[in-house]
Amino acid sequence: MARYSIWSLARNALSHHQHWPRQWRSPEPKRHYDVIIVGGGGHGLATAYYLAKEHDITNVAVLEKGWLGGGNTGRNTTIVRSNYLWDESAALYELSLKLWEGLSKDLNYNVMLSQRGVLNLAHSLGDVRAGRRRAEANRLNGIDSVWLEPAGVKKIVSIINTSSTLRYPILGSTWQPRGGVARHDAVAWGYARAADARGVDIIQNCEVTGLCRDTAGRITGVETTRGPIAAGKVGIVAAGHTSVLAAMADIRLPIQSHPLQALVSEPIKRVLDCVVMSGAIHVYVSQSDKGELVIGAGIDGYNSYAQRGSFHVLEHQTAALVELFPIFARLRMMRTWGGIVDTCPDASPILSRTPVPGLYINGGWGTGGFKATPGSGFVFAHTIARDEPHPVNAPFSLDRFVTGALIDEHGAAAVAH
Amino acid sequence: MSDRTQDYRLPAGGLIDRTRRIRFRFNHEWMDGHPGDTLASALLANGIHLVGRSMKYHRPRGILAAGAEDPGALIQRRVTGEPARTDPNWRATQTALVDGLEAESVNVWPSVERDLGAVMGALSPVMGAGFYYKIMQGSRFMWQRVYEPLIRKAAGFGTCPDLPDPDRYEQRHVHCDVLVVGGGPAGLAAARAAARSGARVILADEDERFGGSLLARPRTVEGHAGPEWVASVKAMLKANPEVRLLPRTTVFGYYDGNYLMALERVTDHVSLAEAPAGAPRQRLWHIRAKRVVLATGAHERPLVFGDNDRPGIMLAGAAQEYLHRWAVLPGRDVVVFTTNDRAYEAALDLHTAGATIHAIVDARAEPGPALPAAARAAGIRVVTGYVVAGTTGKTHITGASINKLQADGRAQPHCLETIPCDLLLVSGGLSPVVHLFSQSGGKLRYDTDRLAFVPDRAVQAQASVGACAGTFDLAGCLAEGAAAGAEAARLAGFDPGRGAGEAPACDSEPALGSDSPLWQVRYAKGTEFDWGKPFVDLQNDTTAHDIQQAAREGFESVEHVKRYTLTGFGTDQGKTANINGLGVLAEALGRPMGEAGTTTFRPPYTPVTFAAMAGRDRGDHLDPARLTAIHDRHVAMGAEFEDVGQWKRPWYYPRAGESLHEAVARECQAVREGVGILDASTLGKIDIQGPDAAEFLNRVYTNAWKKLAVGRVRYGLMCREDGMVFDDGTTARIAEDRFLMTTTTGGAAAVMDHLEDYLQTEWPDLRVRLTSVTEQWSTVGIAGPKAGILMARLASGQDLSPESFPFMSWRPAIVAGLHARVFRISFTGELQYEVNVPWHQGGALWDAILRVGVDLGVTPYGTETMHVLRAEKGFIIVGQETDGCQTPLDLGMDWIVSKQKPDFIGKRSLSRSDTARPDRRQLVGLMPKDKRRVVPEGSQIVEPGASRGPKPVPMLGFVTSAYWSPALESGFALALVAGGRARLGVTVSVALPSGEVPAVICDPVMFDKEGARRDGLPAA
Repeated sequence: MARYSIWSLARNALSHHQHWPRQWRSPEPKRHYDVIIVGGGGHGLATAYYLAKEHDITNVAVLEKGWLGGGNTGRNTTIVRSNYLWDESAALYELSLKLWEGLSKDLNYNVMLSQRGVLNLAHSLGDVRAGRRRAEANRLNGIDSVWLEPAGVKKIVSIINTSSTLRYPILGSTWQPRGGVARHDAVAWGYARAADARGVDIIQNCEVTGLCRDTAGRITGVETTRGPIAAGKVGIVAAGHTSVLAAMADIRLPIQSHPLQALVSEPIKRVLDCVVMSGAIHVYVSQSDKGELVIGAGIDGYNSYAQRGSFHVLEHQTAALVELFPIFARLRMMRTWGGIVDTCPDASPILSRTPVPGLYINGGWGTGGFKATPGSGFVFAHTIARDEPHPVNAPFSLDRFVTGALIDEHGAAAVAH
Repeated sequence: MSDRTQDYRLPAGGLIDRTRRIRFRFNHEWMDGHPGDTLASALLANGIHLVGRSMKYHRPRGILAAGAEDPGALIQRRVTGEPARTDPNWRATQTALVDGLEAESVNVWPSVERDLGAVMGALSPVMGAGFYYKIMQGSRFMWQRVYEPLIRKAAGFGTCPDLPDPDRYEQRHVHCDVLVVGGGPAGLAAARAAARSGARVILADEDERFGGSLLARPRTVEGHAGPEWVASVKAMLKANPEVRLLPRTTVFGYYDGNYLMALERVTDHVSLAEAPAGAPRQRLWHIRAKRVVLATGAHERPLVFGDNDRPGIMLAGAAQEYLHRWAVLPGRDVVVFTTNDRAYEAALDLHTAGATIHAIVDARAEPGPALPAAARAAGIRVVTGYVVAGTTGKTHITGASINKLQADGRAQPHCLETIPCDLLLVSGGLSPVVHLFSQSGGKLRYDTDRLAFVPDRAVQAQASVGACAGTFDLAGCLAEGAAAGAEAARLAGFDPGRGAGEAPACDSEPALGSDSPLWQVRYAKGTEFDWGKPFVDLQNDTTAHDIQQAAREGFESVEHVKRYTLTGFGTDQGKTANINGLGVLAEALGRPMGEAGTTTFRPPYTPVTFAAMAGRDRGDHLDPARLTAIHDRHVAMGAEFEDVGQWKRPWYYPRAGESLHEAVARECQAVREGVGILDASTLGKIDIQGPDAAEFLNRVYTNAWKKLAVGRVRYGLMCREDGMVFDDGTTARIAEDRFLMTTTTGGAAAVMDHLEDYLQTEWPDLRVRLTSVTEQWSTVGIAGPKAGILMARLASGQDLSPESFPFMSWRPAIVAGLHARVFRISFTGELQYEVNVPWHQGGALWDAILRVGVDLGVTPYGTETMHVLRAEKGFIIVGQETDGCQTPLDLGMDWIVSKQKPDFIGKRSLSRSDTARPDRRQLVGLMPKDKRRVVPEGSQIVEPGASRGPKPVPMLGFVTSAYWSPALESGFALALVAGGRARLGVTVSVALPSGEVPAVICDPVMFDKEGARRDGLPAA
């Protein structure tokens, strides 16, 4: 891999950038791979990268039905944080955050991690209890999370409306300074380039249409729109279609798929320097390095595989936004889009072996998968390579839905009133 | 004061009101325009092209277009004396000229003419596509602390207002039979044909005036000059009561089910003084149409060549529009660079208006038959087989260099000559505006004859007509429009009548030769970089070189290229850039144009104001505030309120000078020693009726319900399928086939959904009907040892004494003269009555209680006191002691889980291995060793000393509730602790940031364990 640096940039500038190498190859699929990853999003590419880097498994293909990074990796609001309530989640997301902190260097690709801090606002006494509880759990888990009173919130974001006349006034907030945002596309591209350099074949426009098993039920490969490809192991990392792919191996998952929309404003001069999230009045916002306000909220109510949502959902989140930030009222929505999120009953992901030998599933991340990209790939690669979960993802197995050992993050996000 | 005198305004013509002048400011200069002007036309009339600077290199940007597609002419809009009414990033081409308008260039310092940001141009050689991914990756510190802040400071165009918006916005929902989007010739013909049938028609156009291309080019329709024909059709439509005309209304989104969103700019085009009283600034329309006719027109494409971005370079059609519509000559010394015949007409029109056309440079070897001949006949030099290879000038174009095309289609290395000019018109052909069609789910097809993406197959009840469907001639537009309008009306169930779909006649247009594709000027090998930057996206500074580099680096998907080079990511969303970008990419990859499709056309078509999306859902209307019938009494008594779901509940009633703590202590004492009253109207109430009602309850609650006698009340716990507690409350049997269920305040809607879900999908055989009656009953709880005395006074002549009216039963009664249902239940542990009266009589009941209880010291208490009292008794609050992860057993409530019932929701899950673990977190009481301590709710519980150890610290559980108890004279808490019930008496630590607080695990019931007070205290 030709390394990127200020010097390589200067050198290439002299030749009008005519000699940059491809960031990844565009190979024809081989007939057999040791491991096939279905899905060329951030999680899939990260899995392939760590398979090669950490486990020396390089005969790997990532199969992507469209263009890599084109699913939720390229559609999310890029928030990165690790302030989860439960120990199991905290361990997973904190592992991720630690990997994020070294990711640009590791990949030799600037993924623009920007640790500008994340506020999770509380708007009711119930929110306050839940927020304090989470901040305290985070503190004891070694995560940099603190509880702030409204004055502390105002100190961090002076433009926020902390007035008591707000319909649901801000009663406090958790604050994770190490949280922030990253450049989503760069994450996919950086992992793709680094995985490719270690020998991984990234094959775009190659849709998996079936999973092949031998008579013993073990996975033997995949059927694709570009023909059958054999594999010793197959990992499904196809957010938005996890249950569709699992069904190809007769596995029924407790997943509901919903559209989730986001939007950006026109680019304006710097006005907001951290991430502000409000679960109670349903909006979250940050300002990108390009100057756009990046805004998201909750999922659409109905199940769907169409990557588009309903306008009223955007109206609600915009109303919440302009109440929290009255000076944003005259700004304008420039672009909206939707993705499909796979949600689990306990709002936690599945990172697991399956009843089908050789088949592994990484999915069900709901609305929050982006932040987990590095950690998810890291532990999923371990799970595939060793055929057993890494200690961090052991609790995120499929059998938790049988045993009842759920990791229910709903309660942490929104306690019933 | 400026001495600009609209030097470029022609003495006559145009659709402007010359009788009136409008004074406006642009940067430091004040100047004049006229009503009917846009800021762009007024600036051009005053000889100003330089409006802004580009994103990355701060290159000078002028006015390229005349409408929504303009990429670079962005301004900060201000209004004299109205600091809160400022808007960033407005397009000069769509900004109506109004009195008091003050427009400023954005993203420039100190001025648009001398912008220091332009030093970025010197760095441009290294700032190729995606350069920032390749550097600054080595040190997190340097990136986050040094580079990124610099980037953030440089980014963005306009500035956010720093005051709240004083304007008002509204929304309307409307249905129609036929929605016509676009009021050009095709749209007008469609609307007219549809309206004749009597169908309800809406015609919307983003422009202030209907007419579209008829305002921009001299044409004759049905014997009238274009604008006159437009006026007559408009008048006819306006006279039709079934037609709604929406000028200045951009249909920006096309959703499923023919549901379209539109933004009407109601008063943005007039000064504040002229705005009608009470009118909103903008109005968002939700339009549900039976049929949609899209007549959204086409955008002209610029051409991609070296330094093609200088101010003074303009689309040919835009110049024609400035000339005809606004009587503005955008330049006097003109060069035209085209790949089609249409630009010749623009040249001829400018020539006629007095400009000197120095040359028409046509990349085609063989232009069409008519217009080029006419140009030559007018004495204009026509150069075919040539291109403009580069330009000169700084903040305005001064010359265009023309090169001959070689046999290989590349420009010769040396230019023939550089022609001095102050205006270079460019035309690369037309791109249909397929945005809405594409949003509707329709698929596009690349038409190799028309060199355009055109609608292929509609998937909604919709038709595309005119230029947006690739029909660029006027006769075709009128014919398609009229036919589609009549057909839409017919499909919507109306009879358009004979002849309604006939094409309006128009004078014939000059015959056109065929366009030739030229996605970029290609240069002789080795000279590609000699001619300046060939811009594709003028706002984001994406060049053809960037796209070629992206392709070399393996970004082959159009979406990848868009993202890597930022093509089309600007506020114009690439209206002039995207198609050229696709062409450049196709050539770089050696693929046929159109093969790879387009990037997704995402809503909105043009930006939409946030406040308009919020509409009236602002302030208190963000979410409806639900108030009880007694609310005004609480306000009058000075209550502080707590938001519980949408409800406003009295939290506590402070007397003068009292703190929360003092008020709650007083209220607690009143209930424990006298009598207190609580407005409990907010609790969810569901009327459950039907022969199978008891069976239904038996399945949704964990305990048994079938044998509950009429007149009796029972507490119930509801689980989800996973066995976790979902809600709780008491349910009373009103009659054999009728129950009244109460739910938690915040959970009411979710419970109703849950019950309906099961009734409708799992047990449709059950004969049960559910009705929410939360707001049919006002409820006042009367609690305390003196509650009986108070009740006796309120219900005189009826024996409601605890002896004859047992706990957990209800009966009808007359209370304070009101028909009431009285329930003997208790959430405080005291003798308690809950009196339900019809909703609107709640206030009367409340007043009567306070009146007759004056001597008893009857005291209203709020939710905080309620929480303390119930916590002393170890009663849970769902959502506080639970977070969706607790089984009834975890809460120590196995007494309420039936072992006999064959099934209830959640039963199976309770036997799952994890759910049955003995070391699950269990509800316990917690007494701090230091009785004065009230630990913060949410605090974590650890083994003593553990929090000083290494992280992660093992956590045993957490504090769910914590209060000061006046009765216990101690702080106390409820907590969920791992294996807690087996650890009674054990000391644990509540871990606070300031240190650990030791506390002893105890039974959660801390007050009146025997329940002796439930029936009132023995008469003293």
